[in-house]
Amino acid sequence: MPDTAGDEAETVLRLAGITKHFGALTANDAISLTLKRGEVVALLGENGAGKTTLMNILFGHYTADAGRIEVEGRPLPAGEPRAALAAGIGMVHQHFTLAEQMSVLDNIVLGTQRLFRPRLDRRAARTRIDRLARDYGLAVDAQAQIKDLSVGERQRVEILKALYRDARILILDEPTAVLTPMECEALFATLKKLVADGLSVIFISHKLHEVMAVSDRVVVLRAGAVAGTRAIGETSAQDLAHLMVGAELAQDEVAPATPGPVLFALANARTRSYGGAGLNGVSLELRAGEITGLAGISGNGQAALAAAIAGTLPLSAGTISIRGETMARWSPRQALARRLGRIPEDRHATGMIGDMSVTENVISEGYRSRRFSRLGILDWAAAAAFARQIIAAYDVKCPSEEARVRLLSGGNMQKLILGRALDGDPEVILASQPTRGLDVGAVAYVHRRLVEARDRGAAILLISEDLDEIQALSDRIIVMSQGRLSAPSARGARSQRDLGILMAGHGFDEHGSASDAA
Amino acid sequence: MRLEPRAASSLTRSLSLTVLALAAALVFASLLVMAAGANPLTVFWLVAKGAAGSQFAALETLTRATPLIFTGLAVAVAFRAKLWNIGAEAQLYMGAVMTVVIGTGAVTIPAYGLIPLIMMAAMLAGALVLLGPALLKTRFGVDEVVTTLLLNFIVILFVSLLLEGPLKDPTGLGWPQSEKVIAEAKLPRLIKGKRLHFGFVLALVAAGIIWFIMKKTVLGYEMRAVGHNAEAARFAGIPVNRVLAKTALLSGGLAALAGFSEVAGLKGNLTLDLSPGYGYTGIVVAMLAMLHPLGVVIAAIFVAGIFVGADAMSRSANVPSYIAQVMVASALLAMVTAMMLMRYRIRWR
Repeated sequence: MPDTAGDEAETVLRLAGITKHFGALTANDAISLTLKRGEVVALLGENGAGKTTLMNILFGHYTADAGRIEVEGRPLPAGEPRAALAAGIGMVHQHFTLAEQMSVLDNIVLGTQRLFRPRLDRRAARTRIDRLARDYGLAVDAQAQIKDLSVGERQRVEILKALYRDARILILDEPTAVLTPMECEALFATLKKLVADGLSVIFISHKLHEVMAVSDRVVVLRAGAVAGTRAIGETSAQDLAHLMVGAELAQDEVAPATPGPVLFALANARTRSYGGAGLNGVSLELRAGEITGLAGISGNGQAALAAAIAGTLPLSAGTISIRGETMARWSPRQALARRLGRIPEDRHATGMIGDMSVTENVISEGYRSRRFSRLGILDWAAAAAFARQIIAAYDVKCPSEEARVRLLSGGNMQKLILGRALDGDPEVILASQPTRGLDVGAVAYVHRRLVEARDRGAAILLISEDLDEIQALSDRIIVMSQGRLSAPSARGARSQRDLGILMAGHGFDEHGSASDAA
Repeated sequence: MRLEPRAASSLTRSLSLTVLALAAALVFASLLVMAAGANPLTVFWLVAKGAAGSQFAALETLTRATPLIFTGLAVAVAFRAKLWNIGAEAQLYMGAVMTVVIGTGAVTIPAYGLIPLIMMAAMLAGALVLLGPALLKTRFGVDEVVTTLLLNFIVILFVSLLLEGPLKDPTGLGWPQSEKVIAEAKLPRLIKGKRLHFGFVLALVAAGIIWFIMKKTVLGYEMRAVGHNAEAARFAGIPVNRVLAKTALLSGGLAALAGFSEVAGLKGNLTLDLSPGYGYTGIVVAMLAMLHPLGVVIAAIFVAGIFVGADAMSRSANVPSYIAQVMVASALLAMVTAMMLMRYRIRWR
């Protein structure tokens, strides 16, 4: 290897020939990877490329069918999370593993104490946590309860937890998915300090610009195998995207919209709190042929807004009107009857019924129509034909329409939801986090479909925590904070930084709640 | 040791696991039989002979299976929608109460009118008993396991009150029992002079209808969707609460038919020992059948066979017939384990 810089630093982690099969699927195919001291290696790949499987093998959640793992030259016993911890591997999962009702301190020391010990040396623990927090810029109050913390703070607790256990190798699984741009920058600064102190980091992501910003080397996985390894100085985002999907990916240029009449409106809507803040006097108008992007930090009322529009959360005050008709009652059925297509935030919990087949899932919104049932008897042949039609039209990869949806990847599930929601050309479309957790190819696909729907005259509300997505697709952008909406701004009128300030909740009192006056 | 989800379970694996589960239950039961000082092979042979070794035995097994098919269906239907109906016993008794209220002479019309009338009334009564807990669940989030279970005791005490009071047979020499139903309300015997009655045919028809409902109808689809993921069902516009209410009506009605068929087909009157826990055994039957309506028929006959066979066995071998309870219980535990193994694989590190 001509990599002279690498030879100087000691290799702390070596994965060699890791192979893992799940039935007929090869999740990891002879993957080899090295990590050196003081290095950030990004593990980049589409969803389903095998990143999480590989890390679960490393951390001992799965055992590999073949291959071996060495930490600082010593083999790591397979399938023992305890051994991985003892070897100094710390993992920060995408979904945090913190006890809500306990303090930060208790969460961090949990599991590090011996079982039979009369009392915890809290003061020493406290001192150590405070020092770690100060050294690495992980500000968090050790006495606070986890349930009172923001998502960014919780992530810092997870990192502290790993550091407290003397982790020398830190694995971060999609760490930025839940963070604001400012929090991301803080995280990257922390990572820089950590590697400067000789820690090594594996950074799992599918966001190219983050990988470019934070890592020293990139290992790209595609379909379970290593598609390429690049030093960050010798590569570009295009190059990495190419490696990831195996084909050149054209960034679609979204043509400007030609807005028509208002198709859907909320006026002074209020709700109880729901998955975070409730709606706190929200007025919103969606016009035909226009994508309205709603940015905001998770938990600021987006969930309530989506549920209120979808018909699953009743308004406590305010009105919903669709094509000028004010609705006295609003439910999922009302929404569907008035041609409102809905893409829910959570595919697994809300969008699909995992244990039912593709066919049974695609008819769940329309099974009452004459197309699929007569006199209470279902026409399974028509339903299966519809499922095959969606599978073909939306390029869903699945064994057959009889397959249980649970077995599909996230992207294919999302395509099914898209197919179901866009069937019958809805006039209003609610797209809530439509690309969360999807790979580059699937994201581009979903975006294309949404823009197509806009161009045929649908009014679209795009709710997303991904500012890049909002800015790429939206004709107008609104920011949500604490259940209120900012005034809308036209495409490109506010910088990412300005949007970030609004997302943090500043500048709302001047703007007040928004209508289309702007 | 850990569990990994399987992609899909093949039919061969499902069947072989089922057979293995039942074999494991037998092995466990044979340990107890040996502890009782008998030869397990002899005992099992006697149980099998007692369950199916003669025309009398086989008919007796089918007779015993009849109420179990109804309660098994009731439980299977409710559990499919994740409505945990533990109260089939109460619904069975309410069905029996309606049968004697109408069938002992209050209405005198020919059998082809009277029997359907009684069935409707019985189903309605059973349905209403379960509707209460279902509404408490959907309106106030009250756990239906608790309410349906406790209603069993309330309803049985209520029946006791009726049998000591308004429904008491004046010619019953003071026993807490109702009058006999009139001839027009009786279900015919299938074979002259034998106990097997038309209720068995009704049970088979009910199983067929439930299979059709679950597989082919909008209601069955809604019930399965609600059972698998109520949140997604609600989002898709499926009226979850209404579906649960309909499920309750159907389930309660089916359990009530068990009470109807026992009174109108077999016993003739209502007593407090009408059901030796058919409502609870229905849960076992439904679980053994993996909630499949046609599987319920097979499971009910299997469970009934063990009970009938064990009775016969205990008369000839010196092993208490309680062994039947153990066999059924261990078959259930083994089967639940097998069902888990159909969905997950165990990894020994």
